[in-house]
Amino acid sequence: MDPVDIARWQFGITTVYHFWMVPLTIGLGPVVALMQTLWLRTGQERYLRMTKFWGKLYLINFIMGVATGLVQEFQFGMAWSEYARFVGDVFGAPLAMEGLLAFFFESTFLGLWIFGWNRLPRRVHLATLWIAVFGSIASAYFIIVANSWMQHPVGVELVEGRAVMTDIWAVLGNSTAIAAFTHTMFGALGVGAGFLIGISWYHLWRRRRDGIDSVDELGRVVVGERADLPGRDRLDHSVWLRSLRIGAAVAILGFGGVAITGDAQAKLMFEQQPMKMAAAEGACESGTSFSILSVGTLGDRDCDGVVGLIEVPGVLSFLANGSFDEPVRGVNELLPEYQAAYGETLPDDSIYGDRAGQPIQYVPLMEVTYWGFRLMILFGALAAFAAVVALWLTRKGTVPQSKWIMRLAVLGILAPFAANSAGWVFTEMGRQPFVVAPNPNPSGVDGVFMFTAAAVSPGVSWGELLFSLITLTLVYGALMVVEVRLIARFTRAGVAAAMPELIHSRDDAGHPDGDGDEGDPQADGADSRVRRADDVLGFAY
Amino acid sequence: MELLPTVWFVAIAALWTGYLLLEGFDLGVGMHMLVSARGESQRRLMLNTIGPVWDGNEVWLITAGAATFAAFPLWYASLFSGLYLPLVFVLLGLIFRAVSIEYRGKGSTDRWRRMCDLGLGVGSFVAAFGIGAALGITTTGLPIDANGDRVGGPLAWLSVPAVLGGLAVVGFCLVHAAAFLALKTDGPVRRRSGRFVGGWGILALLPIVGWVLLVQANNANPWSLALVAVAVLAVGYGWVNAHRENEGRGFLGLAVFLIAGVASIFSAVYPVVLPSTIDPAFDLTISNAASGEYTLGVMTWVTAFGLPLVFVYQGWTYWVFRRRLSEQHIPDAHPVVSAAGR
Ligand code: HDD
Ligand code: HEM
Ligand code: HEM
Repeated sequence: MDPVDIARWQFGITTVYHFWMVPLTIGLGPVVALMQTLWLRTGQERYLRMTKFWGKLYLINFIMGVATGLVQEFQFGMAWSEYARFVGDVFGAPLAMEGLLAFFFESTFLGLWIFGWNRLPRRVHLATLWIAVFGSIASAYFIIVANSWMQHPVGVELVEGRAVMTDIWAVLGNSTAIAAFTHTMFGALGVGAGFLIGISWYHLWRRRRDGIDSVDELGRVVVGERADLPGRDRLDHSVWLRSLRIGAAVAILGFGGVAITGDAQAKLMFEQQPMKMAAAEGACESGTSFSILSVGTLGDRDCDGVVGLIEVPGVLSFLANGSFDEPVRGVNELLPEYQAAYGETLPDDSIYGDRAGQPIQYVPLMEVTYWGFRLMILFGALAAFAAVVALWLTRKGTVPQSKWIMRLAVLGILAPFAANSAGWVFTEMGRQPFVVAPNPNPSGVDGVFMFTAAAVSPGVSWGELLFSLITLTLVYGALMVVEVRLIARFTRAGVAAAMPELIHSRDDAGHPDGDGDEGDPQADGADSRVRRADDVLGFAY
Repeated sequence: MELLPTVWFVAIAALWTGYLLLEGFDLGVGMHMLVSARGESQRRLMLNTIGPVWDGNEVWLITAGAATFAAFPLWYASLFSGLYLPLVFVLLGLIFRAVSIEYRGKGSTDRWRRMCDLGLGVGSFVAAFGIGAALGITTTGLPIDANGDRVGGPLAWLSVPAVLGGLAVVGFCLVHAAAFLALKTDGPVRRRSGRFVGGWGILALLPIVGWVLLVQANNANPWSLALVAVAVLAVGYGWVNAHRENEGRGFLGLAVFLIAGVASIFSAVYPVVLPSTIDPAFDLTISNAASGEYTLGVMTWVTAFGLPLVFVYQGWTYWVFRRRLSEQHIPDAHPVVSAAGR
């Protein structure tokens, strides 16, 4: 087995997995901070409840992002040592900045936020969350700077076969990085929004199913309350309705932003990696038409079997360069150019190992790029549409009673995740066969590029790689089950799971203890200080 | 002597020291929860001493790794690929550890909590051992060829110094965590932990002493020997104070011991960052493994700005959570009941 393939599978699996936690962290974080800000500003308890509930889910997800991020950080050295040697001078810097200027803020201040309830002054406590959120966003920026350098190397020169940095500002201000960073941030907001909408929908629906809320003859909501269920009071309704509306607003912002920044990214990509874009379009011949559906043997990487079924004239060239009739170069035109510039076979160099002399496959897997690109847009568009529908359906204050619409809303949580994964898989696999893509345009640096086949660690055996690929995949799979179950459990439990004080205040007020829940044997007689500590820890753990 | 690579050699040694100093007690608390806690409320008490800070402490590891990548890419590449297998286990250990800490209280069965204790204890042990082995190797040598690649197969790293380094970090974590628990808790845990540091428990530091001496035997210089002397004095000071139940000074003694010990190791091996056991000509040194002047200059600015800031706000965190915890502060776990009406 070729170590390169195993290492690629491992990197692909672990990053795509990491990027399931990441957009939720980035998308939900600012929303939770916003809720807490609203609580401080207005003093309305519903915002406190929203902060605690969504904050809890945020934390459950956050930790998985931390656990899987570590693997990413180590992998560059473990599995891709030749890559690390070639680019370390320029690529390591943003990674180190991410640690120093982002992760330290993120993790330290999040710890302060989690355990700081009732201990820090309110404003300071709110500030800790905002700082942690800022840390997440900064970390995304730095890592995308690193990634964008691989897509579009700038600010370096080639010295003795290694890329050496000459201009940090060029690296930090890389046009590709700005476009990709904004695009991913809006994409992450879309993920957070879908999560808010789906879960709020579920709770509003359940309030109706349990007969707490009902609708009058005009279809307007009549809010009720159930004293025997912790947290199921009148306020609870407005927690979910408000969350849903915030979610819809964030969705519209996110998906709108994604369209605008995606377009900017596309225009850059046509210039910087024309082959990636040609493959994304299944565009074999140069032309101006945008393909909506192509069939045939996209997977074969040659253009003989590809048939465009539905095409819209002019759109492709509009996307690429803003005019309707300037043709965009297709695979058949680009291939000879790449072969002339970078060779037809891998050079006879020891770093290629057994792979030296093999022919180079310049056309990325068209199936993946073509469909990755379309699925990204499709799932994004679906989620945006769903957000607007959700706003419309809840205009009278609650959701329809239909179980199927509720299920769709919950399932819809997955759509923005899928769009994000598709976008990354497309952009990473579209870069192949290069790990550092060469740039044909003047803003790139001549000669700075690297084939993926040369990047893998020469000293590491395929057995080691296979072992770690299998173990990590199994462990990640098991952890996914754990995380999803926990999120489901805390979602079902509602606000009270994140706010033990809701259960306690009910006990204090002498309400009957509901359907046999365990209650709190120690609560009686314990002084209120201890109980408050309980409530903080109840939030933390 | 080249100025910037030397500065960065010191910076990376400092990051590793910061990591061992801070995450040292997190890892140790994880192990103590598995082996020396008596009962659920003691375990929860121990966990809560590190709850607000452990993630911030782990970032020292991430930053030490990333800074090595930025400043000495060849060191990063050779060390991490050469130690592929042990690092896979370190990663698994850290994953299980992180997840166990945060998810332990979110399940409600005893079985779940036991599983998390296992994940936390074993994960901490494996991570500490693996990181110790890696540090041991980087100061004593790995069979690397002219390109910096490991020869001799997946287990070529396995050697006496690697095991010694691994045991050294595990032993240090155990003692350091006990000193930390004595400082941060009240009640039985405080007393037991204090007795461990002030008594025979201190013998767990023998492997780290062995590692320090091994490195000195190979390449001592006056500086590193002076630091060894400081370490010896510090550990004596710590032990005596722990014995007298002066926990603050006991902890301080151990901290100074670690700083001086690690400094003595790094100052002895300078300027080699990863010796080759095949041929000294293949040694990675601060000159042939470093990034260019420009990159090191940029990173120096970034660090000069960022690191003091980290000191300030992490210090503040420890101040905010300075209160001693006792089992009375740890109430029963509250139930997560479904809000569904059935
Ligand atoms: C667009 C954003 C983004 C991207 C592309 C990546 N990450 Fe990430 N990463 C984050 C955004 C993020 C985050 C939002 O900051 C996380 C997720 C949850 C969290 O705790 O922080 C995080 C966590 C996280 C951590 C743990 C931090 C801690 O302990 O607090 C590490 C070490 C990494 N990441 C490293 C990486 C590496 C090496 C990547 C490249 C392959 C990578 N991440 C891709
Ligand atoms: C800074 C951020 C990133 C860097 C530096 C990076 C770097 C790399 C590297 C070194 C490889 C292996 C070589 C190769 O096969 O191309 C790779 C592959 C891959 N990456 Fe990324 N990546 C980053 C972010 C991501 C993210 C966030 C995702 C998606 C969630 C992702 C998805 C993939 C996939 C799917 C592959 C496999 C490609 C293939 O097999 O052809 N990457 N990336
Ligand atoms: C909610 C998630 C996402 C949605 C809805 C979305 C949508 C879009 C849209 C509408 C475009 C513009 C298409 C064009 O003008 O040609 C685009 C372009 C692009 N997107 Fe995304 N995107 C999402 C996530 C991502 C992610 C996470 C990545 C990974 C970096 C990504 C990578 C790209 C790239 C590289 C382009 C430029 C290439 C191209 O447009 O063909 N997308 N995206």
